[in-house]
Amino acid sequence: MSKPEAAHDPRPAAVDGTGGSRAAAALQRLVGAAPCQGREYWRTLEELADSAAFRELVEREFPAQASEWADPVARREFLVLMGASLALAGFGGCSPAPAPPQKIVPYVRPPEQGVPGKPLFFATAMTLGGVASGILVESHTGRPTKIEGNPDHPASLGATDRFAQASVLGLYDPDRSQSVVYRGRVRSWGDAVVALRGALADQRGKRGAGLRVVTETVTSPTLARQIGALLDAYPEAKWHQYEPVGRAMARRGALLAFDRDVHAVYRMENAERILSLGADFLDCGPGQLRYAREFADRRRVSSAADSAAHAMNRLYVVESAPTGTGAKADHRLPLRAGAIRGFAQALAEQLGVSVAAGAAVPEHAARWLGPLARDLEEHRGRCLVIPGRAQPAVVHALAHAMNQTLGGVGATVYYTRPVPERAVDEIESLRELVADMDQGRVELLLILGGNPAFSAPADFEFAARLGRVPLRVHLGLYVDETARLCDWHIPETHYLEAWSDARAYDGTATIQQPLIAPLYGGKSVHELLAALGDSPERPGDELVRGTWRGSWADGPGSALPESEFEAFWKKSLHDGVVAGTAFPPLEVTLRGAALAAELARDPAAAPPADSLEIVFEPDATVYDGRFANNGWLQELPKPITKLTWDNAALMSPATAAELGVGYEPGSIGSVAWSDVIELEYGGRSLRAPVWVVPGHADGSITLHLGYGRSAAGHVGTGAGFNAYAIRSSEQPWFESGLSVRKTGERYPLACTQLHHLMHGRDLVRSATMAEYTAGSAAPGRARAEQPLETPSLYPAYEYPRYRWGMAIDLTSCTGCSACIVACQAENNIPIVGKDQVSRGREMHWLRVDSYYAGAPDNPEIYFQPVPCMHCENAPCELVCPVAATVHSDEGLNDMIYNRCVGTRYCSNNCPYKVRRFNFLQYADYKTPSLKLLYNPDVSVRSRGVMEKCTYCVQRINDARMRAEKDNRAKVERDGTWLPPIYDGEVLTACQAACPTQAIVFGDMNDPASAVARMKSQPLNYGLLAELNTRPRTTYLAALRNPNPEIERL
Amino acid sequence: MAQETPQTKMHGAAGRTPPDTPPVITPGYTFGSMTDKVSSIVLTRPTSARWYIGFAIASSLFLVLAVSIGYLLAVGVGIWGVNIPVAWGFAITNFVWWIGIGHAGTLISAILLLLHQEWRTSINRFAEAMTIFAVACAGLFPLLHLGRPWFFFYLLPYPNTMGLWPQFRSPLVWDVFAVFTYLTVSLLFWYAGMIPDLATLRDRSQRRAGRVVYGILAMGWRGSARHWRRYEMAYLLLAGLATPLVVSVHTVVSFDFAVAQLPGWHSTIFPPYFVAGAIFSGFAMVLTLAIPLRALYGLEDFITTRHLQNMGKIMLTTGFMVSYGYMIEAFMAWYSDNRFEQYVQLNRALGPYWPMYWSLIACNVLAPQLLWFKRMRTSALALFIVAILVNVGMWLERYVIVVTSLHRDFLPSSWGMYSGTIWDWATFIGSIGMFVMLFLLFIRFLPMIAIFEMRSLLPQAELGTEPRGEAKPCP
Repeated sequence: MSKPEAAHDPRPAAVDGTGGSRAAAALQRLVGAAPCQGREYWRTLEELADSAAFRELVEREFPAQASEWADPVARREFLVLMGASLALAGFGGCSPAPAPPQKIVPYVRPPEQGVPGKPLFFATAMTLGGVASGILVESHTGRPTKIEGNPDHPASLGATDRFAQASVLGLYDPDRSQSVVYRGRVRSWGDAVVALRGALADQRGKRGAGLRVVTETVTSPTLARQIGALLDAYPEAKWHQYEPVGRAMARRGALLAFDRDVHAVYRMENAERILSLGADFLDCGPGQLRYAREFADRRRVSSAADSAAHAMNRLYVVESAPTGTGAKADHRLPLRAGAIRGFAQALAEQLGVSVAAGAAVPEHAARWLGPLARDLEEHRGRCLVIPGRAQPAVVHALAHAMNQTLGGVGATVYYTRPVPERAVDEIESLRELVADMDQGRVELLLILGGNPAFSAPADFEFAARLGRVPLRVHLGLYVDETARLCDWHIPETHYLEAWSDARAYDGTATIQQPLIAPLYGGKSVHELLAALGDSPERPGDELVRGTWRGSWADGPGSALPESEFEAFWKKSLHDGVVAGTAFPPLEVTLRGAALAAELARDPAAAPPADSLEIVFEPDATVYDGRFANNGWLQELPKPITKLTWDNAALMSPATAAELGVGYEPGSIGSVAWSDVIELEYGGRSLRAPVWVVPGHADGSITLHLGYGRSAAGHVGTGAGFNAYAIRSSEQPWFESGLSVRKTGERYPLACTQLHHLMHGRDLVRSATMAEYTAGSAAPGRARAEQPLETPSLYPAYEYPRYRWGMAIDLTSCTGCSACIVACQAENNIPIVGKDQVSRGREMHWLRVDSYYAGAPDNPEIYFQPVPCMHCENAPCELVCPVAATVHSDEGLNDMIYNRCVGTRYCSNNCPYKVRRFNFLQYADYKTPSLKLLYNPDVSVRSRGVMEKCTYCVQRINDARMRAEKDNRAKVERDGTWLPPIYDGEVLTACQAACPTQAIVFGDMNDPASAVARMKSQPLNYGLLAELNTRPRTTYLAALRNPNPEIERL
Repeated sequence: MAQETPQTKMHGAAGRTPPDTPPVITPGYTFGSMTDKVSSIVLTRPTSARWYIGFAIASSLFLVLAVSIGYLLAVGVGIWGVNIPVAWGFAITNFVWWIGIGHAGTLISAILLLLHQEWRTSINRFAEAMTIFAVACAGLFPLLHLGRPWFFFYLLPYPNTMGLWPQFRSPLVWDVFAVFTYLTVSLLFWYAGMIPDLATLRDRSQRRAGRVVYGILAMGWRGSARHWRRYEMAYLLLAGLATPLVVSVHTVVSFDFAVAQLPGWHSTIFPPYFVAGAIFSGFAMVLTLAIPLRALYGLEDFITTRHLQNMGKIMLTTGFMVSYGYMIEAFMAWYSDNRFEQYVQLNRALGPYWPMYWSLIACNVLAPQLLWFKRMRTSALALFIVAILVNVGMWLERYVIVVTSLHRDFLPSSWGMYSGTIWDWATFIGSIGMFVMLFLLFIRFLPMIAIFEMRSLLPQAELGTEPRGEAKPCP
């Protein structure tokens, strides 16, 4: 449904009589006014005269006490006022932002469907790298508090990733920029508009020759339309798009293979054999949520009998650093990123693609080629080759060729136009801009989002060259590295504050609607561009509506008559999807000859054995650096390394041994003291701590981007090491020629899991598909250690009503950790900072353990999400001296915070160590904006109390109330009548977020419930069940489907 | 009944002493000289400079404790090194250590009394004082280590509007009862035993303040036969009451660990092993205090080599019991075929805390072996060194039990490390300061040796009269 949200353009009132009465004086001054440089626009005679009275008038008219800033005495007063207004913002929960200037009406008629205490959900979308994923935002009396996936959106299917979950914290981030700034001084929006319109007026005469616009990847039809209009007005202006984690290689590969830029969309549901050439398609977009769902659906096996009919897919992954996708692989081949090309070429040759023979393939990889090629060929039309974003154009082209040869095109992959509007090669685009800046051809630079001063390749020296642009304007959420180098900075609206639109990986468009008025008075990029264009005061919703109503957009709304547009608009907003906007498949023809020629021109050489390789990857939590100030993401353990708050130079154990570096655990908590190395590459150097990752390719060092921010905010500034400092535009993803020097220094890394071996304990149980179907290993390598029913003097409790339980499918879990952030958002879990994490005091109620099995050079990697087990015989309950943790009559192990005195005995006696203690005052009671973030249904815990997973008891209670209120037909259960809570009605936060539906929650009393059916599978087992804790959270053993031919190697 | 008083029993026992055993008290004292010697420490001898220096150091450390506690209450237990998985650290280690030390006093007073070990008389008073102060130190830690110490009363069974009792299945509730009971009985026992001596001080005090204060504390003791009869009955009853507590307190403390299912804690040997360890450490602490005291105040005549020898023998014996505990823990880990137990044992010996483990073995198992030799048992210096080592070793033992069991339990994913922060150390050292400060106050203001009981040990007491004609063996 649409949220009636007004736009917040300050609309200057008409100049009143006080100004007009001074017209005579103004005219006097007019005569003496200095001649203007270029064309300037003036609104009134007074402005032209620039009288003090007029300036005052203008300044008073616009919000923020701008003039006060220049006056030292008044500035102090202003600061006091600002502090007070911040504090007041905390009280006015319903409208935290300054009231919109348009209308103020009493709260007589509440908003549509608004019931105090009941959240509303609004559909919108979040973009990452421009590509949208549909979400539903939970709003409590006007405050967005939680993100859920939009089940109707093709890229979400109800799931979310960790970035979307954490974005709601980004909205309330007190470090967001809060005022227009001109060279370090606070100015008003009106000042900025006047100045920018003036500067643009200068450009009009030159047809915009000095105007450049830089954006991130744009999929928004509205933004593309607006920039298009700007370019029409200034024909010689240029629009550049830069994205540090972009699709340049994919574009080049498509151009090589098909002579046109296309975007590959995969159909995982049809793929029985999948080969990833360095692609982390399960965890890193675009479309990763949907791919993960479809991938997991093809791996789920409910019973041994079922498995014969249901062919489980098989995943081969060739990659350098282990990723979530690599961890799910049935066969994972660690290979230097630079060697993947040779592997791809040799495989293509085996598959019959006409390529030059004799590509260099390392010996251990060459053994794979035959069995892999045979397996793919046996599944012709049902197999898929996916090239990694970082792989060069030829690998993309080879993948296209292999998919074509194997009959995958149309079945497992189809091609569409690129998702971005006016897709460009983002590195070349920025190169062009940098060249122009260098030669002084840029006079006015509009940086609309993004942080190129931080994230541009080092050889562009973007920050230095930015200084040669006379007028630099930055629109962004933060006063970041780029904003500090710009003349003007304009605070941008968060995506939850503004109208916009965006496209998903398959082209499906979503209208983004605001959930809250801009907290800090920001402007959306649409509003800024409108203010610079012909219609300066059009609010965001009109701009977006205008796009969809007009003829420019290719959505179906344009074809409808005006009267029906409103219905279409409302439905699109409500659904979070504009129906029918997915891109149609394109017919493309492979240019085999061009590919062969390119391969011959640049033969695949073996990477020099003596030279180290450097690999750049987007970070799992801060991505390209944009989330550096998001505490939830900073503190989220990275899926495999479990590092928090830092990045590190990842390398294999063998490489680390060769370099004589490593890390060792410190004496407290889970801190690791790591050797700092100096990485020298391409004439630039960087210091970074070492992290040893089993399964990493030898001779290769992986650095994650996005850390080492110098102006991120209180949370992110100074965390980690800036990999961009040595990234080059020629080889943005990987290259050989790295040299490494030990510095002798050590650096503490806060890691939440230092031990990844199971020590012979049956923690993650696993089996191969063959073992499972043969019945030789019913849950995996389990020993018979499950005394679920032991004799007791006491009669067992019957649980007459509900008996809640959870089952987690380890086959499906990709370790993406969206569940952890979802849990954090839902349950008001505080962040504690690097120091406290390194002391072993992180507060996550849910963690995802990762374990290695097998040889350290290429281990199997398993993920195990561990929430509270809600044990039937809970060891924690027995030892609490004050009965602060007790069993509910529905089987939950409840925590009573206000009874807890904090002996911590429960944690000591918990074999799963899922309890978390507030050693200090972790919850933020002070920051006003963060108060708005809290979920009102969950207590905020104080210092000195224990807390842990509750199975989202607030959601259970909500469903119970709904069931009672709806007066549902009561069912009898063991003599009591109760209104039923439907199976699937209660989704825990982790379950709702999970892309692969690995987590299932429900009532075990209902034999038909999903959870009961999962628990009845032979794969089901209880973690440490031999302790007779009788956990309610159980696991389905991980199944793998290895290729017997490769197994035998 | 009257003839069966402890005094007559002790008196009889002294007669049965083998001829080669050194006497409990160096011969040559009269009732008067004995009383003079002990009471003069409190009443007439000038306070020595050494006492002032000692008191200055101890009270400075006590201030450290006060600051540590203030900061702790202001900020939270996060100032300590505790974490998940090691949610208990120094505080519980110190608690068990102090409680263990507190065992010797009652053991000496009550059990040895009932067992007619008359040599206990010279040391029981200050051993009891040591018990009280050690239990006071111990009692601090469980309170302070709470996340919200201001709600400690939730652990007490009191009627309240919430209609809630403590959760009686939790060993921590048992702990509250055990420690409170022990403190109460020890305090009563100590005070009751001091009443005749307080009367002596009252009578001998030269100053009015002394007469008033000691007079109030003496509760009107006049030394009549009726007083003596009731006193002896009460003392015997208290001894009987205190005796089971010696065993029960540390048994209950050991339940804090044994009831948990954590490998390294979950063990049936814990109650006897903890009690033996407590007596072991208690005697070590008595020696640690007695040896300097007797040198500083010239009490070699009262606290003789025989006392030291006997205490050395008890340490040797209890040291063996403790060593047996270590052995059985290791054996059961192997015998149980429980991989978690086995891992804990191996990890203690070979894991990151191996220096702690092997130091504790050296201190608690190897060092007491010196006491096989009579030369060592009779050398005050050697005994002092062994006693200090045992004190250190017993602290390490508790540290190893608490920390190494927790830091690597069932799921390797949750394993972590623990070490004390500066605040952990400040609180621990501050508690030692508080203990020493209280002890120094005790020896300055109260008779550290039971005067009347010592008099009963003199040969004259057997005769009933003094050769040189002193009136009677009462004040």
